[in-house]
Amino acid sequence: MHIFEGFLPSPWWQIWFVVSIPVILYGMYQLNKLVSQRREIIPLLAVAGAFIFVLSSLKLPSVTGSSSHPTGTGMAAILFGPAITSVLSVIVLLYQSLFLAHGGLTTLGANVASMGIIGPFVAYLFYRTASKAGMNFYLNVFLATAIANWATYVVTSLQLALAFPAAQGGALASFVAFGAVFATTQVPLAIMEGALTALIMKYVVQIKSDVLIDLRVLTSAAATKLKETMQ
Amino acid sequence: MKLEYIVGIVIILFAVQFFYGVAANPDSEFGGADGEAEGIIAQINPDYEPWFGGIGFEPPGGETESLLFALQAAFGAIIIGYIFGYYKGKGENN
Repeated sequence: MHIFEGFLPSPWWQIWFVVSIPVILYGMYQLNKLVSQRREIIPLLAVAGAFIFVLSSLKLPSVTGSSSHPTGTGMAAILFGPAITSVLSVIVLLYQSLFLAHGGLTTLGANVASMGIIGPFVAYLFYRTASKAGMNFYLNVFLATAIANWATYVVTSLQLALAFPAAQGGALASFVAFGAVFATTQVPLAIMEGALTALIMKYVVQIKSDVLIDLRVLTSAAATKLKETMQ
Repeated sequence: MKLEYIVGIVIILFAVQFFYGVAANPDSEFGGADGEAEGIIAQINPDYEPWFGGIGFEPPGGETESLLFALQAAFGAIIIGYIFGYYKGKGENN
């Protein structure tokens, strides 16, 4: 659930564009470099982008009595890092704001910052740290993605709270109010997204483990071990 | 197959939390959390009007909107299925 068109007043919509644009530009640079050096990753890049398309179109009902949707960005973040993920998110967010009146052009900077940059950055950092510590691959993907999904909506709450501080209690009180809506609704969805991402990553290991080793998502020893347990 | 079973259980649990949500909120239509956030904004600042809007295409109703969301999901699912199928077939030929 992205921030609606026109719902961030000045200066906040400009501030979030200033935050997002350098990361998007760096992501485009990284993407160009990666694609020209390793053409074999293009199909996997398409899958990661398509996964964001599918998951962010599914509005799921939550126990709180409202609906929200997963982000699907965890997979791209684990594979390609947060900068490239931000470029993929821009495509999805533009589609949704231009054709579905979901999100918006003026709030694009803020929505890219939460869904395309900060959430994916959390996933990337968690995955790489836990991977070094030797955590089970699937559990790691599950936790990294679920936490990233949740972090995305905590950031959305924060963005709204900063733009709309309450008369009493200020931005902190607003943050609690927005967080109560977004962050609690998101908990079951975050678990669902983590589980689905772990499953799709299993199939990626099955068919394209060499690319995962190239992208340094897995060491070759870890990939061999994972493939053995599948047989 | 073990992971598939675990994901299956997660999906069942998700359905359970939904039915619990329906029972706990009998009047709820499960509207979007963004709409609720709009309600909070109206409480904090009743005078706030969105200062910009209406550039993109706005679906005339729920039916067209669900069509466009379904197209978005279908487009993504085709790409995932095509690429996974391609590599799986290639792997079996070798």
